[in-house]
Amino acid sequence: MEISERSLWTLIHGMGFGALYLLACSGALVELYRRYTPAAPNADDSRGNVFLRVYLAIMAVLAWLAVLSGAYIVYPWYRAVPPAATANLAAFPQRLLLSSPDTIAWHSLGMEWKEHVAWLAPICITMAAVVVFQYGRSLRELPKLRNTVLCFVWISLAAAGVAGFFGAMINKNAPVEGGATIHLLHGE
Amino acid sequence: MSAVSSSTPIANGPGAAAVLAAGIGSFCVGVFAVLADKSPAIKSLMIFSKPTGPLSGVTTCAILVWLFSWAVLHARWQSRTVELTRVSAIAVGLLGLGVLLTFPPFADLL
Repeated sequence: MEISERSLWTLIHGMGFGALYLLACSGALVELYRRYTPAAPNADDSRGNVFLRVYLAIMAVLAWLAVLSGAYIVYPWYRAVPPAATANLAAFPQRLLLSSPDTIAWHSLGMEWKEHVAWLAPICITMAAVVVFQYGRSLRELPKLRNTVLCFVWISLAAAGVAGFFGAMINKNAPVEGGATIHLLHGE
Repeated sequence: MSAVSSSTPIANGPGAAAVLAAGIGSFCVGVFAVLADKSPAIKSLMIFSKPTGPLSGVTTCAILVWLFSWAVLHARWQSRTVELTRVSAIAVGLLGLGVLLTFPPFADLL
């Protein structure tokens, strides 16, 4: 069992950072809604408030790691330009997708949207984390602010969802491959 | 940063500044993406990192605008209470426009 270096980085970017961020979003939405609603019963739960602050900070780190690893590690391999007269485009995912009318939209719609919209997620969640750090339980008394933060977290979930969906589908149609081979297990 | 005491009036200015700046930053991602797509000159200007291409400049510029606007708004609204309904509406509107501008079929209409 082996994996290429580029596949491993794609996995770290998509599953390690991106998918974990998506999973964490539901928890953040529930906690932001439940904890800071004016009728919250356990508003004096200081340990819970600290936990939510740390949780949102970790989410912000995950979101930044996802977009930075995507843009500066995986994306350059994706958009690599093949030498002239290259017949086998397997190592050049963008060109492989553009070479067929059946797959061209995975780049022209999927990647073109994903590469930009994904950046809204770290912006939104960083803002949410800072607001929760700053106001904590006082958000109960600022329902408009809480609702706006919730709206931004919903959009960050949607943006990360778009990026995750297209990332998975693009990698299915034109996987980022190459680099050193890492042997995980030797068969008997 | 410490939590605001519930016994004193809560200034919503810092929160409003964070929200509005996030809207501005998100909007800028869309605007810079469209500009880089439409103008070859801007596209080449946005290549901060050659392997990543114009995406590097588009996102770096948007992040800089976001952080700068956040700093300015925070300094102005630090201890103030602002009209949050209007600020939130503008911020969410900018965020929505940001999403829309990054959507290629919409950007192609411009």
